Amino acid sequence: MARTYVQATINGVATDFLCEPRQSLLEVLRDELGLTGTKEGCNNGNCGACSVLLNGRLVNACCVLGVEIDGAEVTTIEGIGNPDRLHPLQQAFLEEAALQCGVCTPGFIVSAKALLDKEPHPDEQRVRYWLAGNLCRCTGYDKIVRAVLKAADDMEPARQ
Amino acid sequence: MIDRARVTAQPVALLGPNPTLRMPVEAFDYVAPRSLAEAYAHLGNGRTSLLLAGGTDVIVQLREGRKRCDQLIDLKHIPELMRFGFAPDGTLEVGAAAPLAALYEDAEVLRRVPALVDAASIIGGTAIQSRASLGGNLCNASPAADSSAALMVLGARLLIGSASGTRELPVEELFAGPGVNTLQPSELLVQVRIPPQPPRSGAFYLRFIPRNEMDIAVASAGARLELNATGDRIEGARIALGAVGPTPLMAKAAAEALAGEVPGEEAFARAGELAAGVASPITDMRGSVAQRKRLASVLTVRALRGALQRAREAR
Amino acid sequence: MAATEHPSYKVIGTRPVRPDGVEKVTGKAQYGADVRLPGMIHGKILRSPHAHARVLSIDTSEAEKVPGVMAVVTRADFPVAEDVVQDLGEGAVSVKELSDNVLASDKVLYRGHAVAAVAATSPHIAEEAAGRIRVEYAVLPPVLAVRDAMREDAPLLDEQRVTKEMGGQGSGRPSNVASHLRFAGGDVEAAFAAADEVVEREFTTKMVHQGYIEPQNSTASWNADGTLTIWTSTQGAFVVRSQVAEVLRLPVSQIRVIPMEIGGGFGGKIPIYLDPVAALLSKKSGRPVKIVMSRTDVFEATGPTSGSYIRMKMARKDDRITAVQATLAYEAGAYPGSAVGAGAMTMLSPYNIENFVIDAYDVCVNKPKTSAYRAPGAPAAAFATEQMIDELAKNAKLDPLELRLKNSAHEGTRMVNGAVFPRIGAEETVRAALTSPHYRSPIEGPNRGRGVASGFWFNAGLQSSVVASANSDGTVNLIEGSTDIGGTRASLAMQLAETLGLPFEAVRPTVADTDSISYNDVTGGSRVTFASGLAVYEAGQELRKEMVRRAAKLLGVDEAELVYEDGGVQSTRDATKRLRFSEIAAKAGQTGGPIAGKGAVQARGVGAAFGTHVVDVEVDPETGKVQILRYTAVQDVGTAVHPSYVEGQIQGGVAQGVGWALNEEYYYDESGRLLNASYLDYRMPTALDLPLIETVLVEVPNPGHPYGVRGVGEVPIVPPLAAVANAIAEATGHRFRDLPISPRRIMEETQGLA
Ligand SMILES: Cc1cc2nc3c(=O)[nH]c(=O)nc-3n(C[C@H](O)[C@H](O)[C@H](O)COP(=O)(O)OP(=O)(O)OC[C@H]3O[C@@H](n4cnc5c(N)ncnc54)[C@H](O)[C@@H]3O)c2cc1C
Ligand code: FES
Ligand code: FES
Repeated sequence: MARTYVQATINGVATDFLCEPRQSLLEVLRDELGLTGTKEGCNNGNCGACSVLLNGRLVNACCVLGVEIDGAEVTTIEGIGNPDRLHPLQQAFLEEAALQCGVCTPGFIVSAKALLDKEPHPDEQRVRYWLAGNLCRCTGYDKIVRAVLKAADDMEPARQ
Repeated sequence: MIDRARVTAQPVALLGPNPTLRMPVEAFDYVAPRSLAEAYAHLGNGRTSLLLAGGTDVIVQLREGRKRCDQLIDLKHIPELMRFGFAPDGTLEVGAAAPLAALYEDAEVLRRVPALVDAASIIGGTAIQSRASLGGNLCNASPAADSSAALMVLGARLLIGSASGTRELPVEELFAGPGVNTLQPSELLVQVRIPPQPPRSGAFYLRFIPRNEMDIAVASAGARLELNATGDRIEGARIALGAVGPTPLMAKAAAEALAGEVPGEEAFARAGELAAGVASPITDMRGSVAQRKRLASVLTVRALRGALQRAREAR
Repeated sequence: MAATEHPSYKVIGTRPVRPDGVEKVTGKAQYGADVRLPGMIHGKILRSPHAHARVLSIDTSEAEKVPGVMAVVTRADFPVAEDVVQDLGEGAVSVKELSDNVLASDKVLYRGHAVAAVAATSPHIAEEAAGRIRVEYAVLPPVLAVRDAMREDAPLLDEQRVTKEMGGQGSGRPSNVASHLRFAGGDVEAAFAAADEVVEREFTTKMVHQGYIEPQNSTASWNADGTLTIWTSTQGAFVVRSQVAEVLRLPVSQIRVIPMEIGGGFGGKIPIYLDPVAALLSKKSGRPVKIVMSRTDVFEATGPTSGSYIRMKMARKDDRITAVQATLAYEAGAYPGSAVGAGAMTMLSPYNIENFVIDAYDVCVNKPKTSAYRAPGAPAAAFATEQMIDELAKNAKLDPLELRLKNSAHEGTRMVNGAVFPRIGAEETVRAALTSPHYRSPIEGPNRGRGVASGFWFNAGLQSSVVASANSDGTVNLIEGSTDIGGTRASLAMQLAETLGLPFEAVRPTVADTDSISYNDVTGGSRVTFASGLAVYEAGQELRKEMVRRAAKLLGVDEAELVYEDGGVQSTRDATKRLRFSEIAAKAGQTGGPIAGKGAVQARGVGAAFGTHVVDVEVDPETGKVQILRYTAVQDVGTAVHPSYVEGQIQGGVAQGVGWALNEEYYYDESGRLLNASYLDYRMPTALDLPLIETVLVEVPNPGHPYGVRGVGEVPIVPPLAAVANAIAEATGHRFRDLPISPRRIMEETQGLA
């Protein structure tokens, strides 16, 4: 099958790859580029485990084709914080025990980041609404919502 | 007898992902035209085409083998299809592939056409809205598509283009049946045009879903009310229903019965009953016939209440 | 909020960040689907489009011709399975049935049943090729619902099956009823005759799925030396090893199972589905093969929990529940083994009821083989019991919690299976619910209601082993064999740190593969923090003893003079003679070599766990939509080793229970096709569907564990179904005895829409 050459900026790094048009961005990230932090839970837009930022907007990588990102900027969980300098959301998820199995966690963090980038002070209801496209089966969301609200607070001084 | 797609003795679900019919995603080509002319040329090259806007329907359908194509034509690099704005006459012109989030984040759109935002802001979750478009929502022709009923009561018209020119049609004439629209293979939807709304009018859209998000409408209703100058009589109304028939439906009799009435619960209740009369739903995993008919009436009343409030605010 | 009776601990009861946390929030943690091996290819499974059919022939020739295809397997590639029964920790299975479920032999018994598999250089090619396998079926009528399957004229899934009766006798007639169990005590007839009130009701629940976000996956490599390595997402690596060994007829020593991080299980990742198939594809192709299920496969073909039918008769005299007669029939799915026995055994456990007869039927239907789901069998049973109690309380104008308190089980109460409770916290949870701010607050407004319910679940004990080795820098490596689904690395490390008097950070837990540690049973049955905790404690004790021996050498004193205390060894004679753990560890080379302790237990002294929940709902009278306004879960957790993780377990269980109560169900058409095999239409709660979930941790230490640990993971899913139903009854004036209590059902019931 003919493969298409695609160039994109992924987590700030100029990246190129070959992919078939039928391969989703999720497949490309995981199988071609080895960025396995983005997870597959449903492969049809319903669970948010594959959340990434495409040109700054939150999308489900399973509902984007790899060929579509030519020239675009993509941010995945691997591009958010690192073990030495965690993003405040990552820190808050740890402190608030907002993960159990952790498979939904990258998606929630990417999704919550998109929210806080846009709206630094969401209230509980707003957080729940924004995160409704991300399913978690382990936590009942309580600690996830608290973690996002806490991160929003923690990010306050940094922003000023 | 291994082809699962051929094992179809069952009623096909009303709309939306039916994950039980699975065929592998066959290989296809991807093209990204930079202009309408280029897109029309691709449509005319003799290959089986599918159009790609946000992809939130079509990518999933391809993956699940519910659709197939030789070439997928990405519309997002065609500037006309990605723009939206108000024309000098007050018409809101929305490029067919513009993402919903951009649309509902726009303060002018929210202020002037809130009923569109009612619909655009509940389609899927945040991530879906970053990509999903009005064009895709309409052309996918799901009877439950949230923008349809809203656009129908707003009196939206569609600008359809092809290599041989353009034509316009009222949005309700796009739908031919579940998953089937009336476009020719050579055509594509260029723009959704929402005319300036009558003075002293308000429109509202809502749906019923079992959860609070991430569900497809069990039933939905849109309504627009125009009041007289003194605000104590209804001058005209439009009512549309979703997910209660093979296509979204205009509830004409219900709307007509409102003309000349005092806006309020009594008139709304009657309209609700009349609206339920046009509903011809099916029973599936999302709801039953009786439930959907009842919801058609309840949601019509609620949509009318919302529309009335907006009409009063507009005065 | 917590009420506690335990001594003060240094590490237990604190809330450190879990050792695997950073990896998980940065996306670096490796889950099963993340495995990438040199030369790896991809497998896909062809599944049955029919719910019930005989497989007449399978022709794979077209598939084999597809470029990129490297292997195709069918059941013919499996060794012939013997009909022996193997215990998986949460229920026993027959190897023949296990093999048949992995790849169908003569019959397919549910839609989605695996029939063949292909491995190819890309998942797309494998999928395309699988589509070219020709299978000829003779389609049979399916039977889908439990009561239909029990009828004498029902289509039979297995013509050889006869009902197993207790005591061995039976009709001898073929039946879909795989087994019948009975628990009886006292004299129900006399108690019914003497009662003030007797109520008899029927309840039904639908199949629901565990819903874990990570689909099943397996990567297998058949190595050149004939050994087999499997990377997979499982609740029990050793159980995968033994199941694969049985299905493929290999010695366990030839198989190494490497448990990857697991994205949820809730009981559903105990059985194997893909591992033997990936193994054989690897053997045939000479390449490592990875198979990942699609979400649809997960719904259609992996373990849901049973749909059920329960009839129950309950008697009250004054404020005592005096008798219960109940019949439970659970859908086992395609092969026997529902959790109906556990349902029967647990349904009355929160109470002290003298007279009872409970009949339990395990029934095969043309739906996927059920597997364990969090407190398997108990939620549906509690759905019945707890609504009955509520109804009796209302009829007698008694507070439903007071009635529960009056009838509460306590130390010495016998369960229906005859087991006697040790110290338990049943009454304590009801009391704490009664005095909770939530229960004491008024509930106001139209269409609102409050419901309560209690629940019980056993804890499993089973086998665990760990090894703890001191590092020269004073830290300890803790090697364990229980996969960590929700923070058990942390809860085990905390127990070791407590035992050794070290800070939490000094213990570094690792989950090992089956070649690197001795046997461990599954992560399930709420057992890991308890049973592996016991093993950890044992290993810690061994380390302490060894530390004393080594310190004696270093200090040049007699061992008898030394005690282990506060993270070091101390002389009882001379206060200045003290060595810290790290000092002794650093000099291990001078005192006899590496220092390690091991713990291997067949855990006894399991606790029992009780919970009582309070929920407020509001019901839209026009649309039937239910909003959860407030939720409080009270639970006896023994000792909350890591309170945040305990709360998290409770909140997660509540969320699953609320989903089960309101919207989740397997929705089939008559042909046996699951119409809602996606997350869009299988409606699990989203973040917007739940409020914050308040937890009240009651700590009645388990006398069978040095730190009083009880299993906490399962009981929170037991009460919500009934608690929500009771609240809806309050809000609407209608009793709902069929799950889910969806808007559709509420509209049908309250508005007379049939
Ligand atoms: C998780 C999830 C949740 C969803 N929830 C909702 C919901 O709540 N409400 C709802 O209504 N929908 C929902 N949808 C469906 C979908 O998101 C919407 O229908 C969306 O608006 C489709 O837009 P799109 O741009 O992504 O369309 P695409 O997938 O790109 O296209 C859809 C169809 O329209 C055709 N098409 C697209 N553009 C044109 C054009 N300009 N001219 C002619 N044909 C065209 C395509 O060929 C295709 O057949 C959901 C989908 C998912 C995956
Ligand atoms: S995997 Fe993309 S939304 Fe679930
Ligand atoms: S932590 Fe397991 S799914 Fe969210």
